[in-house]
Amino acid sequence: MSELLELATRVAGWAKDGEQVEAFVVHERETEVRAYEGEIESLSSAESQGIGVRVVVDGKQGYAYAGTLDEDALGETLTEARDNAAFAESDEFNGVAEPDGVSPSVLELFDERLALFSTDDKVALAIELERATRAADPRISGIESAEYIDTIYESAVATSTGIASVTRETGCYVSAYALAEENGETQTGFGFSLGRHPGELNVSAAAADAAERATRLLGAVKPSTARLTVVLDPWVTAQLLSIIGHTLTGEAVLKGRSLFADRMGEEVAMSSITLLDNATNPDAFTASMVDGEGLATRATTLISDGVLQGFLHNSYSGRRSGTASTGSGVRGGFKGAPGVGAQALVLSPGTRTQTELISDIDDGFLVQEVTGLHSGVNPVSGDFSTGAEGLRIRNGEIAEPIREVTIASTLQRLLQDVQGIGNDLEWLPMSAAGVSLVVADVTMSGG
Amino acid sequence: MLDTELINRTLSTALTTGGDFAEVFVEDKRSSSAVLDDGRVEELTSGRDRGAGIRVVVGDTTGFAHTADLSEEGLAGAARAAAAAARGGGGGVREVNVSAIDVPRGTPVRIPPEEVAKATKVGLLTLANEAARGSGSAITQVSARYGDSRRRILVANSDGLLAEDDQIRTLFSVSCVATGDTGLQTGRESAGRTVGFELFDETDVEEMARRAAERALTKLNARPAPSGAIPVVVGPGGGGVLFHEACGHGLEADLVAKSASVFAGRVGEKVAADCVTLIDDGTMAGEWGHFAIDDEGRPAGNNILIKDGVLTDYMWDYLRARKEGRVGSGNGRRQSYQHLPMVRMTNTYISNGTEDPAAIVADTESGIYVAQLGGGQVNTATGDFVFGMTEAYLIENGEITDPIREGNLIGNGPEVLTRIDALGNDFAMGSPGMCGKDGQGVPVGDGTPTLRVESLTVGGTAT
Repeated sequence: MSELLELATRVAGWAKDGEQVEAFVVHERETEVRAYEGEIESLSSAESQGIGVRVVVDGKQGYAYAGTLDEDALGETLTEARDNAAFAESDEFNGVAEPDGVSPSVLELFDERLALFSTDDKVALAIELERATRAADPRISGIESAEYIDTIYESAVATSTGIASVTRETGCYVSAYALAEENGETQTGFGFSLGRHPGELNVSAAAADAAERATRLLGAVKPSTARLTVVLDPWVTAQLLSIIGHTLTGEAVLKGRSLFADRMGEEVAMSSITLLDNATNPDAFTASMVDGEGLATRATTLISDGVLQGFLHNSYSGRRSGTASTGSGVRGGFKGAPGVGAQALVLSPGTRTQTELISDIDDGFLVQEVTGLHSGVNPVSGDFSTGAEGLRIRNGEIAEPIREVTIASTLQRLLQDVQGIGNDLEWLPMSAAGVSLVVADVTMSGG
Repeated sequence: MLDTELINRTLSTALTTGGDFAEVFVEDKRSSSAVLDDGRVEELTSGRDRGAGIRVVVGDTTGFAHTADLSEEGLAGAARAAAAAARGGGGGVREVNVSAIDVPRGTPVRIPPEEVAKATKVGLLTLANEAARGSGSAITQVSARYGDSRRRILVANSDGLLAEDDQIRTLFSVSCVATGDTGLQTGRESAGRTVGFELFDETDVEEMARRAAERALTKLNARPAPSGAIPVVVGPGGGGVLFHEACGHGLEADLVAKSASVFAGRVGEKVAADCVTLIDDGTMAGEWGHFAIDDEGRPAGNNILIKDGVLTDYMWDYLRARKEGRVGSGNGRRQSYQHLPMVRMTNTYISNGTEDPAAIVADTESGIYVAQLGGGQVNTATGDFVFGMTEAYLIENGEITDPIREGNLIGNGPEVLTRIDALGNDFAMGSPGMCGKDGQGVPVGDGTPTLRVESLTVGGTAT
C-alpha cells in the first residue's frame, strides 16, 4: 500500500460509532523555470503536502485541513472537523462516498521519465523556448513570460465506509507569452505544449504558436457593431464548455441555479451537439482514474444529438436526486470538501477543418481569445458577454485583425445557434477539450 | 515566530553558493469559514497552513524553495535548494545579522475572530438567509458565507532586515437567486475588512442580504444591454475596478520592466484627464488591501501614481527597487509562503472630485449607469481591458430608467483615462476584491467617487 493511502486509511479508521470519516492526503512536487533574455529568471522547486478531513455525524458535515502530514496535525485536524460538524445543520443526504462496485479504468498517467529528467535539462527547455519564440518572427519585440513547469502528484482518499484509492500522475508543460511590435503598436499571443513527461513537449510548436498569435493581430482595428457569425478557436470553445459544465452539475440543478434544471429530455442544443464528460480518456490533460471522493471516473453523456441526457453527480447530489454518483466529485486541493464538477468535457468533433468552416462564412469573426469570462458570463442567468480579439472573416477568407470588441449572446442561444463543429479536437490544460465551433447570430460590440 | 540566530544561520546557508541576496519568509495562517446554502448551514471548514519560502538572488536569477518544516534541518534544506537554483561565482561563508525594523501599526484588532464562538458566526448566516428570503417570494435561493483569517508573517533578509506582521481579515457575503418569467437572475453583496469580528458592529448582515435580494429581483425586469460605444456613468465605489484594470496593473514595475505595459517610459507625461489623481495606499487601516508590512518586509506605503492627470510613479517590489537604487513602495506581495513575491496593488483609489453626482447623471443625455461592477481583466501590453457590470441601468434623457442585463464593458486604458469627463464629490470604497496575477490571488481594495467616461464600449446584445 502506498504511504499516503496507509496514512489516509489510518485516519479514516479513527471514526467513532455512528460517524463517517473521509481523509484526503496529497503530496506534490513541482518545478518551475522561467527564462528571460537567455538567462534563468527564476527557478522554483517546491514540495508540498497536506490533509483534509471530512466528518459526517447525524447528517451534519464538518471539514478541517492542515498543510502538513506531521503526526500531531492528523489527530488535531480530525478533532477540528468533528467540532465543525457540531455547528452545521443536518441533511439526510450528507455522507461520504460508499464503494459502488465500479472498477477504475486503468490509465497510464504517471511517467517515470519525468522524475528522471534533470533540473539542468528543464532549464535548457525554458531557455530554448524563450530563444525560439524571440527568433520566430522579426516583429517579436519581447517576452512577457517563457516557462517550463512540471508536477509529480500523488493523492489518496480513504473513508470509514471502505473507500481506499490512490491517484498518481505526472504532467509538464511549456508556455510562452510573446509581445509583437510594429509601427509603435504592441500585440500579444501565447503558445504552449503539454505532456506526461518532457519528451512529449514540442517547444518549437509552442514558440511558433505564440509568435503567430501575437503577430497576426498587428494592425488590429476596432470595427463597428454588428451581428454576425463567429468561429470560436478551440481554446475559446474549451472555456465556453467549462462554463456550460457548471450548469450541468447536480448541485446547480438541486439548488435552483441551473438554467437546464427542468429540461431533461428536451432539445437544448443544435442536433449536431453531443457533449460528454469523460475523465477516463487518457488523452485528456485532466484524465484520472478516480474522482475526488475516491470513486471510479466514468464517461457521462450530458447532451446527445442536442437532447439533454444527464447531469453530473458526486455522492451527495446523486443520493439527493435519487440516483448515484457519476464519479464527478471534484476537489480544488485539500482545503475544502469535494464539490461536483466536470473533469474532461468533450464535444463530438465534426469532419471539416477550421479553414473549410470559414470558407462558408461571408461576414464573420474568428475569435482567437476572450477575456473577462468571470465578470461578464453568468452561468445562472445564462447572460454571456466577453471581451474578444481575433480576425475578421470576409467572403470565406481571413481578413483584417480585430481588437477591443465584445461578443455577446446567452448560453441558451449559443447552443441553439451552433452551425458547425471542426475536426480539430485538441486537449487543453483545463477540464475540457477544444474544437472549432461556428455560432451564428452573435452580437459583436465595437465602436 | 523564529529565533533570530536560526534566521541568521538559515540566511548564511542560503548564501553559500555566492548569492547577492537571500530572504526567508515565514507564514502561519489559520482560516475558518462557514457556509449556508439551500436553507441550511451546510458546512464549517477550518485549517492551518504554515511554512517558509526561501529565495536567493544572483544577478538577475532567482532561486526559490519552500518547506512546511520549520525545524533547523527543514529550513537548511530549503535554503540549500534555493541556493542550488541560483548559483553564483563565489562561495564561502557570509555572516548575516538581522535586526528588527520599526513598523507603523494600524488600529489593533478589537475582537479576534478566533475568540468568537462558532455558533455566533453561524448565527449571522441564518439572519442573512431569513432577511434575503423575506425580501420577496421570487427569491428562490440564498447562500451566505462567513470567513476569517489570521496570517502571521515574518520576513528577514541578508540586507539585515527583520520584520513581522499579524494580519486579520473578516469577510461576509450573500448571494441570491430570483426566479421569474424571464428565467433566473442573481444578486450579490459582500463586505470585508482587515479587522476582526468588529466588522459586524458596522456591517448589518440583514441589510446586506436585502440589498443582494433587491439586486436579483430588479434584474428580473432587465432589458438586454445596449451594444456599442456610449457614455458610461459609474456609481461611487464601483469605479475602482475600472482603474485597477485600466491602469493599475500597467503601473506595476515588473510588467513595465519587460515593456509589457502601455505605460512603460511615460513617467512625467500626461496620461489621464486633469481630474484624475490615482493613489495606491496600503496604509489605509482596516481596508481590505491593508497591511503593516508587505511580503518582502517593507512598510506599506501611500503612493501617488497619477497626480492631476500626470503619471508620477510606478509601484515597486523590493528587489526591483534595490536594483534601481531607489526606495521600494511596499507593493511586494505573495499569496502564500509557497509563492515568489511580485508587484501588486493594495488599496487603489481615485481622489474625490467636486461635482454633484446627481448633476452628472442629469447631464448625460443617453448612456448607462453602472451601480455595481463585477471584476475585470486587462492585457497590460495592449492596454485593452474589460470589466463586468452586475447591476446597471439605462440613462435616458438625463434620468436613470430600466435595469439592463449583465455583461462586460471593454476599453483601452490610455484612451479611457483621458475620456473621464466628470468626477463626483461622493467618494466611497468599493467591495473587497481578490486580484489574480500569474495564478496568485491577494486581497485588494479600491474606491472612487461617481464618475463618467465619455465613451466606453458596452457588450450587450441590443442594437
